[in-house]
Amino acid sequence: MTEKKTLPSGHSQILQMEMHGITKRFPGVVANFKVDFDVRAGEVHALLGENGAGKSTLMKVLYGMYQPDEGQIKLDGTPVTIHSPVDSIKQGIGMIHQHFMLVESLTVAENVALGMPSTRGPLTDLKKVSARIYELAEIYGLRVDPDAYVWQLAVGQQQRVEIIKALYRGAALLILDEPTAVLTPQEVDEFFVTMRQMVTDGHALIFISHKLHEVLDISNRVSVLRDGEMIGTIPTQGATKTQLAEMMVGRPLGEIKIRQQSKTSQTRLVLQDVCSQSDRGTPALKNVSFEVCAGEILGVAGVSGNGQKELAEVITGMRPVTSGKIILDTQDVTGKSPKVLMGRSLSYIPEERMRDGMIKEFTVAENLILREHDQMPFSRRGFLDLKAISEHSEGLIQDYNVKTPSLETTVKSLSGGNIQKLVLAREISRRPHTLIAAQPTRGLDIGATEYVHHRLLEQREAGTATLLISEDLDEIMALSDRIAVIFEGEIMGVVPRDQATAEQIGLLMAGVAETAAK
Amino acid sequence: MIDQLFTEAVLVGILASGIRLATPYLYASIGETLSQRSGVLNLGVEGQMLLGAFTAFYITFTTGNLWLGVLAAMFVGLLMGLAMAFVTINLQAEQGISGIGFYLFGLGMSDLLFQKMLGTVATVSGFRPIHIPWLSDLPIIGKILFSQNILVYGAYLLVAVTWFVLNKTTLGLKIKAVGESPQAADSLGVSVSRIRYLTVSVGGMLSGLAGASLSIALLNVFQQNMTSGLGFIAVALVYFGGWRPFAVMGGALLFSMVNSLQLWVQVLNIPIPSDFAVMMPYVLTIIALVITVQRVRPPSALTKPFERGH
Repeated sequence: MTEKKTLPSGHSQILQMEMHGITKRFPGVVANFKVDFDVRAGEVHALLGENGAGKSTLMKVLYGMYQPDEGQIKLDGTPVTIHSPVDSIKQGIGMIHQHFMLVESLTVAENVALGMPSTRGPLTDLKKVSARIYELAEIYGLRVDPDAYVWQLAVGQQQRVEIIKALYRGAALLILDEPTAVLTPQEVDEFFVTMRQMVTDGHALIFISHKLHEVLDISNRVSVLRDGEMIGTIPTQGATKTQLAEMMVGRPLGEIKIRQQSKTSQTRLVLQDVCSQSDRGTPALKNVSFEVCAGEILGVAGVSGNGQKELAEVITGMRPVTSGKIILDTQDVTGKSPKVLMGRSLSYIPEERMRDGMIKEFTVAENLILREHDQMPFSRRGFLDLKAISEHSEGLIQDYNVKTPSLETTVKSLSGGNIQKLVLAREISRRPHTLIAAQPTRGLDIGATEYVHHRLLEQREAGTATLLISEDLDEIMALSDRIAVIFEGEIMGVVPRDQATAEQIGLLMAGVAETAAK
Repeated sequence: MIDQLFTEAVLVGILASGIRLATPYLYASIGETLSQRSGVLNLGVEGQMLLGAFTAFYITFTTGNLWLGVLAAMFVGLLMGLAMAFVTINLQAEQGISGIGFYLFGLGMSDLLFQKMLGTVATVSGFRPIHIPWLSDLPIIGKILFSQNILVYGAYLLVAVTWFVLNKTTLGLKIKAVGESPQAADSLGVSVSRIRYLTVSVGGMLSGLAGASLSIALLNVFQQNMTSGLGFIAVALVYFGGWRPFAVMGGALLFSMVNSLQLWVQVLNIPIPSDFAVMMPYVLTIIALVITVQRVRPPSALTKPFERGH
């Protein structure tokens, strides 16, 4: 074994971390089954897998948030027991969570100091902490202002705070849980520079992702988990996207092919200078204008929290418009209620499917008729026609391939993919003229994502005008005919798909307006 | 008639009793501030105060020792706080409902104990104003600020101490973090339940003390339901003050000053129907709450039980 070096942060290295035969069971599920995994100093080891494959569980075991039922963790050859995050931090393991673990109402320095012993005993030593933050920022090229409040920071900056927090605690091994999910392509590049720097300095990094091109770009080795089991570990050099995708899903994947646009020029949805406010009363949408035509998918790309939620809500009548006009099929529908809009053939696949899309305590059948429950044939003079309802639901469940024990099963007990299929069934089977799809594949596994994409493209063929709001740039690029980019509530530009490049979209997502564009 | 209010003696009286009347509100609402800052809404304050008031009174009545009364009241409040902590933290019960449960328990229990152990309304000789050399002799100011009993000074000192703890100590940082983002705190090895246990039981202890300040320093009697909503006002004051100790103190003072004013209005027989006079502080509280509450954001995790991995 090589000599242990001291890291630039002043802490000692972890040369090798090994997990042997990790099994973790939850009531009714085996999340990890005899999983072996290891990482060495000076490498990025990528951990790939679909949602629910057991990546997070495995990492939470390593970070001490879960206790394994079986198996062993070794650091530099010595078996260790990690009871809690406190233990793992002491051992030099840090974790950057997918959802940042920051207290927004506190400053950067306060967040870094939280939970650490202070040099002034019971009093906080924020000045010292700030000095150390500057020091670490210098060494690793992570610029942050220790006195800024976290809520003031952009997502990319918040991530830097997370990394500094881990380094401050002496992390030699860092677990990065989907760190790129919230970043623009340029921010990802910047982040990768930091990662490479850390690897060169002798840190060990575990990189969790389901974006194959990123994994191929940054890692030295890749391990793939599927259904809680380790499928294999391979060197990144020589690996291909197709190979990794097949390891993840367990079968070859279909390619998304976009056929030529059916040239109907009929405009279905028009937004003219629409402005709206966020829940906090700040401007959320600023003079948003665009149109969506029949038979096309307009993708709205953007980093999370730039007005996407408000945009979907404004169009579907769930949030008031402060100024501007919304026109649906040539009629002004500004300020109309969701019920009126529904009557005008507008369908909505909401971002929060469990909150806005379904009533989780209701049964499958009840959820499927939520929209039309008070209309013929489901309801006659105020009474529900149960026979008509179950026939209708039975048909949809077959058409949309929903796996449910029965029509009477409550929706909350179904998987995310099946719930989304129910939403699609309800919204699409009405043959909408206009469809608003907000983050339609968020949190779904590859199979379900494929299904949703297939259905959306089918609607496009059928002549539906679709507005696809997504934070997944790959999805936007794959499905859209045109791409609108939203930044801080403004549409930065609308680009036809065949002329768009990831770099160009990325710049727009970061708020850099196109000066060269015609 | 109304000009009777504007004599020096009356104005000094109003201000001095306003300062004094704020005492129970301060203890209770500062305790509640701590508890809410860590994410626990304790609606049982009123019940904790009632039991504290009875305990303080009974112990003082039987032993003649005021400080023993204070300690006993704090101890009973602490027990109530620990019970509230157990129910909301370990059992993850809905905080609002459990709080109401503890209120009703305190109300019934203090009444029962009163019936069984005292039977009739009695009085004790409570804490007396302290004469501070030089300061107490200052004109006007001396009478308003420096002729109060020890529990009054303690209450204002508590405000400053709490401000200091919340803003200058590692403990305060942990309390705020646990109330805003328990997940983040947990991921850094801060024990969410330990911090909440601490704040909720200290909150209970201070509510007990608030009760004592009522029964052996302010009124020197114990009666059934003698707090009559004071504990709930204290909860409202926390919202009014936006969870900041000094702003909470401002609210308590405003409320008590108006209260003191209406008492003097009654004493001086100024012809305003007494029902309206009594209503004044409450109406004011509602108006003040409506104006202020919208602009301050409560701790994000307030009323939300914490469970790891959710």
